[in-house]
Formats: sequence, C-alpha cells, structure tokens
Amino acid sequence: MAMLSFERKYRVRGGTLIGGDLFDFWVGPFFVGFFGVTTAFFAILGTALIVWGAAIGPTWNVWRINIAPPDLSYGLAFAPLARGGLWQLITICAIGAFCSWALRQAEIARKLGMGMHIPFAYAFAILAYISLEVVRPVLMGAWGFGFPYGIMSHLDWVSNTGYQYLHFHYNPAHMLAVSFFFTNVMALALHGSLVLSAANPARGEAVKSAEQENAYFRDTIGYSIGTLGIHRLGLFLAVSAAFWSAVCIVISGPFWSRGWPEWWGWWLNLPIWAH
Amino acid sequence: MSFALRMAAGGAVLAVAAVILVQAERPPMDSIQRGYRGTGMDEIYNPRSVSKELAANKIPASLPALPDAGPKAGAVYKNVKVLGDESVGNFTRLMASMTTWVAPAQGCAYCHDVNNMASDGLYTKVVARRMLQMVRHINADWKPHVAATGVTCYTCHRGQPVPANIWFNNPGPLQAGGMAQMPAGKNHPTAVARDTSLPFDPFTPFLEHDSDIRIASQTALPSGDRKSIKQTEWTYALMMNFSQSLGVNCTYCHNTRSFTDWDQSTPQRATAWYGIRMVRDLNNDYLDPLHATFPVARLGVDGDSPKVNCATCHNGVYKPLFGVGMAKDFPELTVTH
Repeated sequence: MAMLSFERKYRVRGGTLIGGDLFDFWVGPFFVGFFGVTTAFFAILGTALIVWGAAIGPTWNVWRINIAPPDLSYGLAFAPLARGGLWQLITICAIGAFCSWALRQAEIARKLGMGMHIPFAYAFAILAYISLEVVRPVLMGAWGFGFPYGIMSHLDWVSNTGYQYLHFHYNPAHMLAVSFFFTNVMALALHGSLVLSAANPARGEAVKSAEQENAYFRDTIGYSIGTLGIHRLGLFLAVSAAFWSAVCIVISGPFWSRGWPEWWGWWLNLPIWAH
Repeated sequence: MSFALRMAAGGAVLAVAAVILVQAERPPMDSIQRGYRGTGMDEIYNPRSVSKELAANKIPASLPALPDAGPKAGAVYKNVKVLGDESVGNFTRLMASMTTWVAPAQGCAYCHDVNNMASDGLYTKVVARRMLQMVRHINADWKPHVAATGVTCYTCHRGQPVPANIWFNNPGPLQAGGMAQMPAGKNHPTAVARDTSLPFDPFTPFLEHDSDIRIASQTALPSGDRKSIKQTEWTYALMMNFSQSLGVNCTYCHNTRSFTDWDQSTPQRATAWYGIRMVRDLNNDYLDPLHATFPVARLGVDGDSPKVNCATCHNGVYKPLFGVGMAKDFPELTVTH
C-alpha cells in the first residue's frame, strides 16, 4: 500500500506507553508498537487454539464448530484442555488481544496529539465481552457460565441463558440496551444519509455545507444537533448500548435468580392501581 | 440547572436505585448444570430462598404401621365403600392420618357427623371418599408421572382443608364489545403466568380440555401452517405457570434451540407430558363431577369445581415435598380398584 503524500508528516516518533523506541516503527501502513506485537501474539495464538479445538471436535463445519467452557463442576479452577481448558486459554488470549488493541489505539492517539475517545469507546466493547466471559462467571462461581466459541453454539447459549429467566425482554437493563442499539442505528442512518445527500448534490451544483445540513433537520424536526453534536450523540448511544448490555447480563443470575417478568412486581404493586 | 431541579433529579435517581436494590438478590447463587457444558441449560437457585422452601416442605411423621390382621373395616363399620378391605387397625390409622393431613384444626367432625360416623350427610365426607379413590388411581395408574414416590392427601393439602393451589375457570374481567372486543385473555398482568401479560387462564383449554399445546411450526414457510403468535402466547402462559409451579426455568425440560424436539429435551419433559395427561384426567373424572356435591361457596364464579394443576401437588418445588415419599408408608393408598 502506497503512502499518501501527506501521510509521512504524521509518522512521528514517541508517544509509546511501553517499549520506548524499540517497536516504534511501521510495517507498510500499520504502526507496530509494543501492543501491536502483543495483539498479534494473542490473536495468532488464540486463533491457533480455536483451530486445535476444532481439530479435536466432531466437525469441521464452520457453523457447528464448538469450543465450550468447562462443566460447572470445575468451578473457577482450570479444566483439562479437551474439557474446557482450551476455552479458558482462548478467553485469556481474546482479552489479551482486545486490551492490547485498545492500548495500541491509545499510543497512536498520543502520537497524533488526539483525545482518548477511540480507546474509550472501544473499551466498552471489551467491557461487554469481559462481563460475559469473566465477571458473570466469577460472580456465579464457575467458568461454565461463559458462552461457548462457535457460530451456532453461542446462539444456543444465548437462547437458553435467556430462557433461564423465562422472558429476557422483561429484563430492565436489556430493555435499555436494546433501545440504545436501535436508537444508535437510527442516528447513524440519519447522519450517514444526511452527509451523503449533502455531498452528492445534483450534477453541476456545489457540495452543500453544514448550514444546509442543519437547515434540513431544523425544517424537519425543529432542531439540528450539529456536526460535532451528532458525533457526541453517536458515541453516547453506542457506549450506552454496550454498557447496558453488560449490565443486563451481569445482573441475570448473580443479582436475580427468578424470571425477569417477576422483577416488575414493584410496578404491579404500586398503590396507583384500581385492584 | 437550578438547585430545585438538581434536587429533583437526584431524588429520582435515588428512588430508581432504591427500587432496584430493595428487591435485588445477591451472589453466591447455587447452580445445577442440566445439559452439555456451554449450552446454558442451568438451573439457578438462590440458596437463601431454597432454605425457606426446604423448611416449608417438611413431611409429618407417619403413624406406625400395624400388622394387617383382625377383622376388616367393611365388616365392622357401616357404609365403608372404599377402604372396606383394610383391617380395622389400618383403617383407623389412615383416618387419623387423614385428619392430620387435611383437617388437623377441625378434627373428625370436619367430614363426619360425630353422632353417626357412617352418615354421608356432610359433603366433605363424600368429597373425601372420592379423593381417596383419586389418590389410589394416581398411585396405581399414573406411575409414569408419580413413579414409586406416589402421593398422599398431604401432598396437596399440607394440613389445610382446601389445598393452597387450586384453580377455577376464569372468564376474566369485563370486556369491551363490538369492534373493540379482544377475547384473547391477554394484556392483564397475571400471577398465573408469573406476572407476564400473557393469557390469564391457560388452564381451562390445556388442563381441563385437551387443546393442542404444541405450537412449533413443522415447515419453514407458512404452507398451510395455522399456528399463530396468539396461540403461542397461550402455550407460553401455561409454560410460565409450569415453571412457577415447579420452581424451575424453561431449560429444566427444554433445550430452547428447539422446544419441540424430544431428542434434545431432558427426560423430565416426558415426565411432564404424563403429568399434563394426569391432571386432565383428574380434573375431568374426579373434580368436575363433584361440582354438584360442593356447596356454592366452594365453586368458581362459573359454578365449576375447584381443579388441580401442577402447583397443587408441587407447590413451587421440582418434586413435591422435595421427592420425599409418604405413600410407601400407606400401601392402602396404592391399591388398584
């Protein structure tokens, strides 16, 4: 990949968190850094372990490959590799790779003198993953509560884990998370379509400015959040979606053992109803 | 933001937090794995609640059994229609046990005219006789559901003349008419279906009548498939009730990746299948016909008999009385008639 003419200007030394100048170089378009090396290490090792798990499993059908966590009877101990130990190692690799990636984002942001918004946002995705695979299993007392690694098998886990609480749509944090996900999708669609419409005027006309974009939404709904504001809103919606997803699964089990519909008893018992 | 507004916002946040924290449970939880690892087929129990349930499900001590000797009750007492072949000793022992199980506060006089014990004057005696026949029928003919554990009067009654969990046909609240009519039995939060807004009387169609519970489509496309979301909600209401009655979640019987597939279900689903048929049998052959015997005060709003469902015996526990059998101490309750 060729470097764009202005890109060299931004390839500056320094800003690393660990390793000083040792890994402060680029390979093609990619900045390496200490955390680039650890990202590659964990990602390659974890992928190799997944392939190992598939090899000792009953199928190479990519939809059905399943690397499951240990039985609940192992609690929070290590399990033999073929009986959940691989899952444990892959989980360690995944967390190592995700956290390395976030720290690499932070190093690049430091190089460029930017804020930490990108690693901050990405950290919420890591938070959701760690909540599912570490926090909740630890609170429940067994790694077996983590979801398995497999395209179909993790969906089966989602289904059964939801039905452990009878009707997961009554989970209040799940309601918030779903609402944030959908709102996020809507905001992104409105923003993307607005930018495309302003950048693609009729043939022969000039590209439209932010003032036209603002005017469009003021005409439509009486308010425009603005060019910077829409990105703040998008970050808030996306981060909230990930945050409440993490909350909704961590409270299911450790802090609520019954069906989620019953949680709403406080609402049904408010002294405002006729019966 | 003004001071008053900040205080109001702070108060609202505190109120929400209080609502959540007051009723929240806490770790550690007990768990039971019921499927292959990683499938999420687990039962989660709060050990603090379970200890209360264990305390509430203690069985009373059985009176010592007597040798089956001496004259038969049928020969000594008048009007003994069910237990005539029992020795007088065991007959008396069972009568005393039934008093403990069903009417400990009221005593013999709850069913018997104490001036004439043979009289059928009290309705309770007629009902009790039919219930004895029902218990024998359950223990002898419904082994696929009750196995060798069996049932006694105490399984349901727990020292109460009327078991805690019975049900009646529920016509529901007054409905709008005409175009606004929506008689699907929905959209009212109902304790029957664990506080969901699912249909509030799933018992009448499924546990008195034999409407089809299964609603999973057998074809990928809607080719002649008449199963609907509305039907599904009736089934779900029933299943919510099963779950509540047994203190288990959906995965106790089902792998939810395919509710309908027997190969992926747990063995308990087969036990439940027999249980559904047993309850229908008991409601139709034993309880419904008693509606003329019961006084009006014991009947439902539609004049129907009190009926049984899973909770009547199970009382929120996966096996009634946590699987401790009492029927083995009373072989006369397992006789085939």
